[in-house]
Amino acid sequence: MKRKVILSLAAGAAVLGAAALGLTGWMVFQPGPYAFATGKPIPLSAYHGPSPTGVPAELASAAPAARGAYVAAMADCQACHTAPGGKPFAGGRAFVLPFGTIYTPNLTPDPETGIGKWTDAQFLNAVHRGIAPDGSHYYPAFPYPSYTRLSDEDVLAIKAHLFALPPVKQANRPNTFGFPYNQRWLMAIWSALFNPNERFRPVPEQSPEWNRGAYLVEAAGHCGECHTPRNLMQALDQRAKFGGGVAEGWTAYNISSDKISGIGDWSAQELASYLSSGHAHGRGVASGPMGEAVELSLSHLTKADIGAIVTYLRSVPSVKGDLPALAGPAPATPKLARIDNPVGKRIFEGNCASCHAWTGAGAAREEAQLTGVRAVNDPGGANVALMILHGSGGPTPHRPYMPDFGKVYSNDEIAAVTNYVTARFGTEPSQLTADDIARLRAAN
Amino acid sequence: MTAISVNRKTYEINATEDTPLLWVLRDELGLTGTKFGCGIAQCGVCTVHVDGMAVRSCQMPVGTVGERAITTIEGVGETSAGARVQKAWLDLEVVQCGYCQPGQIMSAAALLAANPDPDDEAIDAAMAGNLCRCGTYVRIRQGIKHAARS
Amino acid sequence: MPRDPEAMQAGTLSRRAVLRGGAAVLGGLFIGIELPAGRARADEPQAAGAALSAFVHVPAQGRVSLIMPAVEMGQGVYTSQAMCMAEELDVGLDQIEAIHAPPDREHYGHPIFYVQATGGSTTTMAWTEPLRRAGATARAMLVAAAAAEWSVPTSELVTARGVITHPGSGRAQRYGDVADRAARMPTPADVPLKSPEQFRLIGTRARRIDTPDKVVGKAVYGIDVRLPGMTFAALTASPVLGGKVEHVDEAPALAMPGVRQVVVLDDIVAVVADNTWIAEQALRALDIAWSPGANAALDQAQLWADTETAATGPGVTVRKEGDATGKLAAGALVEAAYELPFLAHTSLETQNCTLHVHDGACEIWVGTQVPGYAQAGAAQVLGIPPEKVTVHNHLIGGGFGGRLEAGPIVTATRIAQKVAGPVKVIWSREQDIRQDMFRPLYHNRLKARIENDRITAWHHRVTGPSILARWLPPAFKDGIDSDAIDGAAEPPYALGDMLVEYVRHENGVPFSFWRGVGPNSTVFSVESFLDLIARKSGADPVALRRGLLQKNPRARAVLDAAAAKAGWGTPLAASAFGARRGRGVALMHAFGSLLACVAEVAVTDGGDVRVTKVVVAADIGRIINPDTVVAQVEGGVVFGIATVLHNRITFAGGRVEQTNFNDYRLLRINEMPTIEVELMASTEKSGGIGEPGTVIVQPAVANAVFAATGVQLTRMPLDASLIARSV
Ligand code: FES
Ligand code: FES
Repeated sequence: MKRKVILSLAAGAAVLGAAALGLTGWMVFQPGPYAFATGKPIPLSAYHGPSPTGVPAELASAAPAARGAYVAAMADCQACHTAPGGKPFAGGRAFVLPFGTIYTPNLTPDPETGIGKWTDAQFLNAVHRGIAPDGSHYYPAFPYPSYTRLSDEDVLAIKAHLFALPPVKQANRPNTFGFPYNQRWLMAIWSALFNPNERFRPVPEQSPEWNRGAYLVEAAGHCGECHTPRNLMQALDQRAKFGGGVAEGWTAYNISSDKISGIGDWSAQELASYLSSGHAHGRGVASGPMGEAVELSLSHLTKADIGAIVTYLRSVPSVKGDLPALAGPAPATPKLARIDNPVGKRIFEGNCASCHAWTGAGAAREEAQLTGVRAVNDPGGANVALMILHGSGGPTPHRPYMPDFGKVYSNDEIAAVTNYVTARFGTEPSQLTADDIARLRAAN
Repeated sequence: MTAISVNRKTYEINATEDTPLLWVLRDELGLTGTKFGCGIAQCGVCTVHVDGMAVRSCQMPVGTVGERAITTIEGVGETSAGARVQKAWLDLEVVQCGYCQPGQIMSAAALLAANPDPDDEAIDAAMAGNLCRCGTYVRIRQGIKHAARS
Repeated sequence: MPRDPEAMQAGTLSRRAVLRGGAAVLGGLFIGIELPAGRARADEPQAAGAALSAFVHVPAQGRVSLIMPAVEMGQGVYTSQAMCMAEELDVGLDQIEAIHAPPDREHYGHPIFYVQATGGSTTTMAWTEPLRRAGATARAMLVAAAAAEWSVPTSELVTARGVITHPGSGRAQRYGDVADRAARMPTPADVPLKSPEQFRLIGTRARRIDTPDKVVGKAVYGIDVRLPGMTFAALTASPVLGGKVEHVDEAPALAMPGVRQVVVLDDIVAVVADNTWIAEQALRALDIAWSPGANAALDQAQLWADTETAATGPGVTVRKEGDATGKLAAGALVEAAYELPFLAHTSLETQNCTLHVHDGACEIWVGTQVPGYAQAGAAQVLGIPPEKVTVHNHLIGGGFGGRLEAGPIVTATRIAQKVAGPVKVIWSREQDIRQDMFRPLYHNRLKARIENDRITAWHHRVTGPSILARWLPPAFKDGIDSDAIDGAAEPPYALGDMLVEYVRHENGVPFSFWRGVGPNSTVFSVESFLDLIARKSGADPVALRRGLLQKNPRARAVLDAAAAKAGWGTPLAASAFGARRGRGVALMHAFGSLLACVAEVAVTDGGDVRVTKVVVAADIGRIINPDTVVAQVEGGVVFGIATVLHNRITFAGGRVEQTNFNDYRLLRINEMPTIEVELMASTEKSGGIGEPGTVIVQPAVANAVFAATGVQLTRMPLDASLIARSV
């Protein structure tokens, strides 16, 4: 799940600055994504357990098309390569970065505007090394440092899946980066430093399930791209693996096994339910980019694969975060002396209480529970505000959803109701202002 | 098959468990006093009581109702608060087109049952989820106070 | 100011005037509907009792039925219409039953519109007289029948509460007892009506007759209709306005349990299922490929710009007095343009229609303001004569103009045509908004010349589409849409030399009537512009208006009443809702009614506006039911506040951007101002009251915001970013 990588000018300068070499070394020479695990990774060809790559066993004899679709879902290409309301995989989705907007390219097999003329080698080169057929380097908004671990077979299965799609004629939109960010050769340097260009190496000392999970999480699912913080050079900081990051303004929470900030006290069943359905009782609903990951990728995976992901996630060591412990239940009385926020209360009682209830327990369905949800217990408040601004995505059959309120409620009102919700149902109130909301609106 | 209790009568339900209570009431049981207005918990015209609490029936999967007692506008007149609210609504001529009023009355009755003498702030808290496009809010507020005194 | 009906017929300008004239031209409708004696059905043997006219049916037993030509949408017209009939018939409101009129233009056609319609705040204006006459005539026939039986002169009989008494002999009988005989009596002409002193019902605070069923959930709206064996349909139109279905794979919907059928029309896909929920879910499961068509590039900025461009093009002169153009060219000019967005109706009952098409006939169950159009529309779709279409009209869960069109009924007919058995088609809220026919986008440009603090020339140019040209073509005369310019052509003020023009501009977006109609745009613009002039010339907005009303004491009295009640000129107390405070005033004369409004607002630093108080004074002529009038003003004010603060329909890539109440924001009870209404005693002809509250509060609020912030917003709705403190 890589949505946005912030490439700052500082990054470029640091690459070139000799004085920064030591720091650079610290950033470059860091452990691999699963170096925490006991055991010694070996090449896939030397591994004797059940293959961690490809489709799960129950799909082994499925038609090639079904297998290709499954691998494509594992890697979740569709979310980024589809514009809102646009044709799937035709690209054009905008990612607003501080130095310009990047638009994802068309992955349909249209020969002119899509990838219809690409050879297998070109496709592998793009996915594993981040190099386009014309030799230019992609920005690592495209998560090739993760995808590089995908097996050749899986990459080509994705290609076959894409080539079976109906071609869509839709020209790629150029990015809007100004100098120096439009200097793509800088990416070659970045890539040399931060893309290991190495296929997945299983760890024979770990269980087959764990190895499958590692492949799904690190290679295909690219979870760390959002959930692992980045260092100064915008590479993933594996020393704080899964300690939390940012995706399009949304906070991607700590998913290490820290008991308070992370998922250390989630049961395996809660994790499995959250990943496969986007909801676990009392844990809230996957929203924003995570909601898309569930809808387009995780919900399509088999039970065994979800289980493998859970096994792997639970093995990731704890990274201590600074989020507070979750607050307990909230009272049913509307009026609480400790909260002086009349605007927030006014919006809550009009637009929110009908679903969420004054107790925050959910008035009519459990998905609407607010208490115990991490986002509500985050004094940063960003995810609550973004959920109010954008909702949980459009209606799909037989799934509840939250509508978006960003179009007609002002920044003051959204800030106020966010602060009200975090105060009423969370550990510590957020202190968002209208300016904060304006910034969140701008971040997609 | 699910069974639910509505206005003290038990009904066997054919609809699937995730069907919102609203559509079970309206389409299957023919209790059309409960209205549809938005389907996203923003208008309140679908409000019913679940064990006396005002709930938007468009959001409640019928499978989660369980043993809890459902009361609709057709049955709320048998509760003291409901009857007082209905009478106040007529005394003060609250109603215009009337489409939102079943929901308004259900919200108001739940409020009065829990809080016999609500102040303006309590009325806002209980009633702000109920839209009225005809704009009867002035009289809704008066109606609740009138019912509270009666 | 608007003139009297005779003057109106002479071809002047108020919309109502033209319509009334049109109605006369169309064949003397007052006579046509007044008392069709042919409707007396004494010859029908099965009639137990008698229909004494198209409006009154007195059965041998039970309640008197009064047939309601105008449909009840919450505006209280069942009660007011019944009051008119019951007043003259001498029955109590508790003794009658209100029945929806069937489609029958000859008998229930609107005396002003000619077609059978309820709208434009015209019910009271149009129907009071004919209905009183219907009641009086029925009473006269009943009395005549009793007099003949008892062989006494009719003058010796008295009537009360449905009983005829001969005080001399003490004899008495109920209306029902003589109904059959009465129906065989000749229909008298020119039955005298009661004089106002004799009224026992009109002018009293009568209990509404439609509400008892509404508070217990028994009232049946169109959406509540149930028929044995009925199925339920959900539908969707293209997200891009006017788009067509290119391809749809029906399989995912048909695979869902409870789904009966997928109906694919060229512009609509519908799913028919065992209940509404299943139909809705199955619709969501369909991946429909739409071809967007011509509107794919339709964009809001472009729509505004196109209208602005059109506003500079050729127009039609609506009113010309003196040499406004010449004077305005001489300078000392104030000039401004006011723009109003598309709006959706969003009555809480979404569009719906239940139909059963079978054996070359069609039955329709629906709540509509235009039963005749509904009948004709369905007949046309089905290729059958209108008589084969039966329309069962129902209560309406909010009209506001949204049910003055037969479009949804036609769409539902096209679906039902393909469905075996009765089917209820329900629009989701999202589809109700997407498929609405919107309040049009209007542009008003005003120019005035100010000399020695006096307005000596006035130019008002209204640009917008013509609803009447489509809806009631005979009323669209000489290129002038009398609705679009209502409120501009005859403002209550003396404004010097006048030039009023109309530019008809249509932009491909469907449009229709909307509560407040034309005056929403014209009154808003005139009243905003006067405040701009007041500010530029340092005048007090009320004083400025008073100065323009020297020849219009009736309007001035209304303005004074509102100003006095609102404490105009007194300082505003601090408000918790915002540090910046302001008061605004507005005055209007339309729909035969005069209203003045003072609104108070509080504005936050961020630019959020809270309306804290609204005072309305109204002179609406003779009042039938004062309580209903106050309710209509209160409701109209709430409607108008949401309009000026929040509401807009916008287009991007041909798509309506709004979907439901999360982004089409209505006022909630916790955002309400206090509302005070003062009704002026008046013996003038009754005016309309369904719309004016909506019209008048919008400029009053905008002017209050202007006063509070110093910024006059000229494109509605108000935009917080333009009045945030830092700007
Ligand atoms: S229909 Fe349930 S709240 Fe609107
Ligand atoms: S009375 Fe019509 S919506 Fe409330």
